Amino acid sequence: MAPKPGSFSTSIPYEEKKLKIVGTEPADRPDAVDKVTGRARYAADYNLPGQLIGKVLRSPHAHARVLSIDTAAAEAVPGVKAVVTRDDFPDMAVEHAASGELMINFKDVTRNMMAREKVFYDGHPVAAVAAVSESAAKKALKLIKVEYEVLPHVIDVEAAMQSDAPILHEDQFTKGVDPTPEKPSNIATRIESKLGDIEAGFDQADLVIEREFRTKPVHQGYIEPQASIANYTDGGQVEVWTSTQGHFVFRAQIAKLLQLDMSKITVTAAELGGGFGGKNNVYLEPLAVVLSRKSRRPVKMVMTRDEVFRATGPTSGTHTKVKIGVTKDGRITAGQAELNYQSGAFAGSSVPMAAITVFTRYDIENVLVVGHDVTCNRPKVAAYRAPGAPMIAFGVESVLDELAEGVGMDPVSFRLKNAAREGTQTHYGPKLGPIGFVETLESAQAHPHMQEKLGPNQGRGVATGFWFTLGKETSATLNVGEDGTVNVIMGTVDVTGGGRSALAMVVAEELGIPTEKVRVKSGDTTALGFNFMTAGSRGTAAGSMATVKASRDAIQKACEVAARIWEVETEEVVWEDGHARPASTNVGDFEPLSLADLARRAGALGGTIAGHAELDVAMGGPGFGTHIVDVEVDRQTGAVKVLRYTLVQDAGKAVYPKFIEGQFQGGAVQGIGMALNEEYIYSEKGTLENPGFLDYRVPVASDVPFINTEIVEVPNPMHPYGIRGIGEVPIIPPIAALSNAIYHATGVRLRDHPLSPPKVLAALDEAAPAIAAE
Amino acid sequence: MKKVHISTTINGDEVDFLCEPTQTLLDVLRDELHMTGTKEGCGTGDCGACSVTLDGTLVCSCLVLGAEVGDKSIETIEGMAQGEELHPLQQKFIDHVALQCGICTPGLLVASKKLLERNPDPSEEEIRYWLAGNLCRCTGYQKIVEAVADAAQEMRSA
Amino acid sequence: MDNLRYEAADTLAHAAQLIAAESGDVRVLAGGTDVLVQMHSDMIEPDLIVDIKNIPEVRTIQQEDGGWRFGAAVPGLELMDHADFCAAWPGVMDGVKLIGSVQIRGRASVGGNLCNASPAADSVPPMIAASAMATVFGPNGSREVPVQDIAVGPGKTSLEKGEIVVSFSLPPRPAHSGDAYLRFTPRTEMDIAVVGVAVNLTLDDAGICTAARVVLGAVAARALLVQEAADALIGTSVDDAAIENMIQEVRAACRPIDDKRGTIEFRTKVAGVLAERATKIALERARGA
Repeated sequence: MAPKPGSFSTSIPYEEKKLKIVGTEPADRPDAVDKVTGRARYAADYNLPGQLIGKVLRSPHAHARVLSIDTAAAEAVPGVKAVVTRDDFPDMAVEHAASGELMINFKDVTRNMMAREKVFYDGHPVAAVAAVSESAAKKALKLIKVEYEVLPHVIDVEAAMQSDAPILHEDQFTKGVDPTPEKPSNIATRIESKLGDIEAGFDQADLVIEREFRTKPVHQGYIEPQASIANYTDGGQVEVWTSTQGHFVFRAQIAKLLQLDMSKITVTAAELGGGFGGKNNVYLEPLAVVLSRKSRRPVKMVMTRDEVFRATGPTSGTHTKVKIGVTKDGRITAGQAELNYQSGAFAGSSVPMAAITVFTRYDIENVLVVGHDVTCNRPKVAAYRAPGAPMIAFGVESVLDELAEGVGMDPVSFRLKNAAREGTQTHYGPKLGPIGFVETLESAQAHPHMQEKLGPNQGRGVATGFWFTLGKETSATLNVGEDGTVNVIMGTVDVTGGGRSALAMVVAEELGIPTEKVRVKSGDTTALGFNFMTAGSRGTAAGSMATVKASRDAIQKACEVAARIWEVETEEVVWEDGHARPASTNVGDFEPLSLADLARRAGALGGTIAGHAELDVAMGGPGFGTHIVDVEVDRQTGAVKVLRYTLVQDAGKAVYPKFIEGQFQGGAVQGIGMALNEEYIYSEKGTLENPGFLDYRVPVASDVPFINTEIVEVPNPMHPYGIRGIGEVPIIPPIAALSNAIYHATGVRLRDHPLSPPKVLAALDEAAPAIAAE
Repeated sequence: MKKVHISTTINGDEVDFLCEPTQTLLDVLRDELHMTGTKEGCGTGDCGACSVTLDGTLVCSCLVLGAEVGDKSIETIEGMAQGEELHPLQQKFIDHVALQCGICTPGLLVASKKLLERNPDPSEEEIRYWLAGNLCRCTGYQKIVEAVADAAQEMRSA
Repeated sequence: MDNLRYEAADTLAHAAQLIAAESGDVRVLAGGTDVLVQMHSDMIEPDLIVDIKNIPEVRTIQQEDGGWRFGAAVPGLELMDHADFCAAWPGVMDGVKLIGSVQIRGRASVGGNLCNASPAADSVPPMIAASAMATVFGPNGSREVPVQDIAVGPGKTSLEKGEIVVSFSLPPRPAHSGDAYLRFTPRTEMDIAVVGVAVNLTLDDAGICTAARVVLGAVAARALLVQEAADALIGTSVDDAAIENMIQEVRAACRPIDDKRGTIEFRTKVAGVLAERATKIALERARGA
């Protein structure tokens, strides 16, 4: 019988011990000084001798057949060295692979990076040019003649699900429906997750509330636009420096898309200027490689902000329905949800992940969740921090708030009464291990924030969130220098800027040496075994599993060196406080040897002290959080001011607490932006109307209040330090928390995102007569 | 496109460069002079990542033409530290973990430095409004505001 | 734009001559915060850029005939740093302070804000409310034009080819005058007005409004000077009833569009709300002056 996936995955049980370094502040952060002086090198900061500038020609249409592409005039522009179109890339068969939290299909990936038969969205690439200057490249783009047959388009998810909607893919028949339909549909997949007996559950309820919610697509909004520089050498080697959350995954995708051996490709992850899930996908890389091959020059490509918004992955826009039943005494008996998620131009939204988070914060015996993955004429969606979860949490946490009020309970007590705990059966499969959800709720309830007085038009909202900690392939190498200082090569990408420090602290704790003696850097794809995308909050959680293993491997070798010096057996040597020591007085009376002592002598005693780990880290240690927010609503304009915000989250073990606070604050502010003002706005023609930071309104410093943070620590039993992933949970509750707060301020419930002034004002006006009547 | 020749001063150094009339000061800094500490986040003045000072005025270098800056004095992030000694703002940004990915950091530091020159004792609100032209997507701004306030205090007592 | 040339003019005559001699598309550059954005996004492809900000007349702020004159290319930040001007025209400054960010205000000027001819320009309604006049220089010499007659529609001005706005004059202010500008934006800063309202009032010694100008931004193709709204205030003590009448007139005058920044309904409603709030601020300033 074939082994089950995960059978060979690694976890190390939690080891309760006194820690010296983990949980403190690192003496220094290896990336920080270069970042404040401007010397840190992001992808767009790399330049190679003789490089060309690459630019992409993009579709102005939301949906069109590409009848012909004439590049002759562009090629004749002085300074233009290469022009590529669909003809320069091999077609791909259907083949699925994981790329972060979302799945990809190579047949679609090749079409997304360069349109083949059709363009599917405003901004879809149709050609690319490499020239000696940006101005020459832009001139050439204007001379490429593309003949389109414009087709009807569909943007909105509900419209795309209609049987008479314009169909994007004639060969797409809804999966997950038995029998498979004979008519093509924009619904790529139907998924279902069930627990107990949903009808019986609702029968037991005294109060059942069912509501519909809609959310607009939002973008990750990283400040660094995608940038790549590729060099296809005359010897057939490929070198790529790029902005990515997973260079090993990118190497694999470039190899597949361009039919090259992986061994000939070296991908280096440059310092990353923000990703949040949005840099889990190749866009420019294969184009730059092929332009370089064709021009025999290095090619640098940097997206404009307009290109980032039009063509890189925003989130799904969603339509959801939530129905929950409770007994009079506040016990949830049943939960049902329908999740309709846009996937954009190609199938593969976050709906499978979102679907399993729907009710996982609560202990509910009867659950039915149905999800649809729906194609429409928008860029292919990408992950964005807990992909898909904030949208459905908006629905669930809003309905829970109504139910709490309905049964006369305060929002936190109601959630506590129904909170998931160790042993709770999830609706998607496993039973939960030890988790810190109850602790976050109790902590929130006891927080001074709850005692702050509210004035007129002010209200307080509460909501909660849950997300996984992804494991997956993770490699690390640790080399001890002859002076006893340590280099760690990590294969994950430091997507937060604190990852290198956190891993160094864990290694220092393991080896018993000061953190500043450990330098962690990201290796290129030739330096290590495969590493999965830095996604699913796994950077520190999974990364440290590999560095712990590598540290222990190195300690073993250090003990061997000590044993050789002392002429005893390796088993008679122990590692304590950064030194090799005799395991007992029976072994002999030897002075302890430091790592530096051993490293200096290791060369002649068997070779360098080093450690390795090539793991498939087990998934585990989910994270939970509770948010409280106070708002004030301007009833005349609909403006919502966030007055104060508190976030409590279980980190398992906070390796670098100050950094975790920063992750919490950043995630919450992204969530506030998502909730209040961020949205993709399309014209009737299906073109994006706000592809810039002026009209795509991410929060500015003066928009947000202080974010109080509180870290709860309930150790992850599958990690030696108890670490849980923490990066994604903070973005989940804000839409719901703010919507609940607006309700408590005004008496009006909003179910149509964003909670922007025009929507708030319209809802207030609509409700005014009813509220006046009361 | 025919290039124009410009002589100017950057971080106290006399600098000559050639640029196309369409190139911005940001393009010149990054692509012609390889001073890549100044970042491009949008190219339209909406994110502040390219902040520099031009004759002492805080500007987005993406909204200044290279051809305009002859005989000016330009200060960029590369001129902020004095040798190995970081400017107090740089040190406080590190101490307070006011940077995560760091792409917005040079612009925020240049903007914050200008703020403290004009107002050595800014309130939290003044800091937030002054920095509203500098987007940060990682931190939620809180630790940046704390770092600027702390640096201001240190600089006042120095 | 393939052969774009950049020229810096040092006199008005030089600027006019450069513009007149160019057969292609010419753009006048002051702060550049709109022109460069439009070039970046390929909305415009000029053949010639004439930089006027080294011309002394466009960069000076001075008192003149009991009022004020300031150059069209004076950056917003320079106005903000001019304490006497700020004290004289707080409502104009309400608008100037809201243009873009600190970085943008370091470059952007009232002249540029006006000539870019966006209906949402923040400095334009308070300038119109202030009865500001623009001095325009061109091939046929100088002329004085009321600010409300410069922008005629989105991106369009009444300026002839070769004409540039040199400076603005603001009249002397009678005692008990006050002005204010408020706008609505979803963000606190770095945003474009969804609606803007400027109010300029003068009271007599008894507190009766003797003169008023009410100007709306972003609710029509250009800023609207609403005489009926002003009339609702003139002759009253600017009490609640007068303000209520003014709100009705403001809403009646709005003819906005639905776009990515706001809806007709929202803009019309909020125009009334801001008109009330701006009037109250202007009133307070008038009483204190």
